[in-house]
Amino acid sequence: MNILDVRDLGIRTADGRTLVDGLSLTIAPGERLGLIGESGSGKSLTTLAVLGLLPDGMTATGGVELAGTQIVGASEKQLRGVRGRDAAIVFQEPLTALDPLMRVGRQIAEPLSRRRGLRGAELKRAVVDALEQVRLPEPDRIARAFPHEISGGQRQRVALAMALACDPKLLIADEPTTALDVTVQSDMLDLLDTLVRERDMAVLFVSHDLAVVSKVTDRVVVMKDGRVVEEGDVRTIVREPREEYTKALVASARQLESALDLRNA
Amino acid sequence: MKQSTKRSYTLTFGCALAGLIALLALVSLFWAPYAADDTSGGRLTGPGAGHLLGTDKLGRDLFTQLMTGSRVAFEAGLGSVLIAAVVGVTLGVLAAFAQGWLDDTLSAFLDILIAFPTLLLAMLIVAAHSATLGSAVLAIGLAQSAVVGRLVRILVKRVLAQDYITAARTSGTSWPRIVAGHVLPNIWPTLVVNLALQFGLAVLAEAGLSYLGLGAPPPNASWGRMLQEAQATFTTAPAGALAPGILLVLLVIGVNLIADGLRDTLDPAARRRRA
Repeated sequence: MNILDVRDLGIRTADGRTLVDGLSLTIAPGERLGLIGESGSGKSLTTLAVLGLLPDGMTATGGVELAGTQIVGASEKQLRGVRGRDAAIVFQEPLTALDPLMRVGRQIAEPLSRRRGLRGAELKRAVVDALEQVRLPEPDRIARAFPHEISGGQRQRVALAMALACDPKLLIADEPTTALDVTVQSDMLDLLDTLVRERDMAVLFVSHDLAVVSKVTDRVVVMKDGRVVEEGDVRTIVREPREEYTKALVASARQLESALDLRNA
Repeated sequence: MKQSTKRSYTLTFGCALAGLIALLALVSLFWAPYAADDTSGGRLTGPGAGHLLGTDKLGRDLFTQLMTGSRVAFEAGLGSVLIAAVVGVTLGVLAAFAQGWLDDTLSAFLDILIAFPTLLLAMLIVAAHSATLGSAVLAIGLAQSAVVGRLVRILVKRVLAQDYITAARTSGTSWPRIVAGHVLPNIWPTLVVNLALQFGLAVLAEAGLSYLGLGAPPPNASWGRMLQEAQATFTTAPAGALAPGILLVLLVIGVNLIADGLRDTLDPAARRRRA
């Protein structure tokens, strides 16, 4: 059975505009799927719809089945049980995704104590473990820090630790490296790759960057204006894109790469 | 850096001013130079050895009244702010979560309450109950809860739009937990500054109401009523009007300075800038 089974998903605003239309995709356990498209193509909304977190006024139609639970039309109570346990999200902007007034350790402790029922010293150890797993140096110090006291890359690792804390079956990464420096980006991608492989976790990786997506995922879905334009194996898509839009994406990615080659030569 | 030290002086100076009057209020709980209804001092005596600030037209010691007045001022300020905080935060959070017609209704209700004059509200409550400090505090507190409620509604809406709220929801945190754990702590810095300002306004409002005879009845001295009673004899015995007037101004200035100082020490943005 698939971890995620999205069938004919549509997302509409209150005033009737269609933002996502007829989107279908599936993710098998342990599979890593890339969702690629430019900003405004509806990819972030799709990830929010997967957890029933669409902004007020937006409605979803069609079906989203996450680990056997139908998300579209589910009650808030049902959704609370699913969120974190079946799927967790790492957001693009690590600064705003952490509560500025809460120490990092407490933010990680929250899901740990609720999901695993840990208390006291046990909980403290679990928090430090979680920070160590995302390869953060001095986990004790970072646990006591406020988000603004650590670097952007460290913040994103904390956000990843929070998402992994509940041990979800599906990790949704919504442009997790876009806000980071290029050097930090590749470290972060490596880390993400290692962690999900270790846990055999399924991943939905959202990005506008084909190079980044191809590094982490096996299969990609290309979105444009709320619709899927192409879907398939990463290598196949990079080698022989069929749709115009995908060709343009691949061409621009190659152009950047060749610019680098020219400088090296 | 220089600015933040300058601003911490604001807080210290404000605390000193308000603290001085708080001390008067505290002492009045246990001791006062004379009893509230002791008229043995002779009418309208000037400042001197027996009576530090002299006596009023009934022969009561002015300093004693001033001390009691400080206590009344603090009771009025704290009581009103407490009502404003409890009612205002509750209404504000509800309004922030409400959608559609409920949000519109609550917002309209708060706007009407803000537009409704405090004085009229106080007169209504006094008419329904009696002229006591409690009635005055209730009126002031309710009027202020509308201001606080509207502020809280906006603050909560802004926090709810933040990514960390969505992040908390993605891990399955329930709404009550999100409000207690993330929303309230994040609106607290702005809220506490506003509540400090409301304290100053409440003290002024209570003085205004007692000036009009809508506050605590005698023998409880209130600065507002002292001002009103000393009005007729201002030219011959100015101390009776000057003393409560000066204390009122000092307390309000002190509380406003505290609010300013708090803004700079509690504001997360300012704290981030300093880091």
